[in-house]
Amino acid sequence: MHEHRDDTASKIGMWLFIFTEILLFGGLFIVYAVYRYRNPVAFHLAGEELNVIIGAINTVVLLVSSATIAMAITAMQQGKRRLSVRLLWVTILLAAVFMVNKYFEWGAKFEHGLYPGSDFLYSLSQGDVLFFGLYFAMTGLHALHIIVGAVFILFVIAYIRKGKVHETRWQLLENAGLYWHLVDLIWIFLFPLFYLIH
Amino acid sequence: MSEHHNEHTHITPFKTHLLILGALIVLTIVTVAITWTNLGVWNTTAAMVIAGLKGTLVLFYFMHLKFDQKIYRVMVLLVLAVFAAVLILTFFDYLNR
Repeated sequence: MHEHRDDTASKIGMWLFIFTEILLFGGLFIVYAVYRYRNPVAFHLAGEELNVIIGAINTVVLLVSSATIAMAITAMQQGKRRLSVRLLWVTILLAAVFMVNKYFEWGAKFEHGLYPGSDFLYSLSQGDVLFFGLYFAMTGLHALHIIVGAVFILFVIAYIRKGKVHETRWQLLENAGLYWHLVDLIWIFLFPLFYLIH
Repeated sequence: MSEHHNEHTHITPFKTHLLILGALIVLTIVTVAITWTNLGVWNTTAAMVIAGLKGTLVLFYFMHLKFDQKIYRVMVLLVLAVFAAVLILTFFDYLNR
């Protein structure tokens, strides 16, 4: 039976999608840069309100999850299908850990009356409003990408179970990996820009 | 079936992934440590240089750019150039107000 597929086209398609994501977040980073340039003191003080420990832990969690999905691809290419699936589950577990941390982090902010549109937020200076607005919008959009990435990986696991992804056909797995690394890549820049303002 | 596949698939060994992960974690510790020191405007510069370094490692190793055909690196470079151009043009405006 002749199979119709084009792995290179599939991969280039995934990269093109990633480029749109880079430009989406890139635009937000430029908005951030301009507002920080115009409100340096407010951004500095507001940045100190964020929890560096949680931010750093989540950074390491995402870095490890990037390594595990990269290793899942290696395992699949070497024909170790079960190991590959296990590494994918570890990746999903780490995504869940990231989201739980995010829940506690945002929860603490909400308890202090800090959430988009809150009366307390609007009683602060314009620079604070801008900082927290960007913080919730950008880390929120990033968290949405974490959820989408985890669902993507779940689909790949299902495809492996059905035998549609295997040691000679793993482009879908590689595409999920590319997406997941993109999510990691964005966080690499979000972390210092929000949590580590000196 | 395999006729569809890249004739020369590069498989990144586990060891490489773990080494890159180690480097990324070390760089994360360095960037947090730099926050506690006072370098003036250089704090932000250092943070961005380290983030750029980490991003390059992720792109080249985890995202496999180093071992892929050149066209992927060219495309990524073009997108980053577009981003840089918009960033620079925006600041030409704001720095001169």
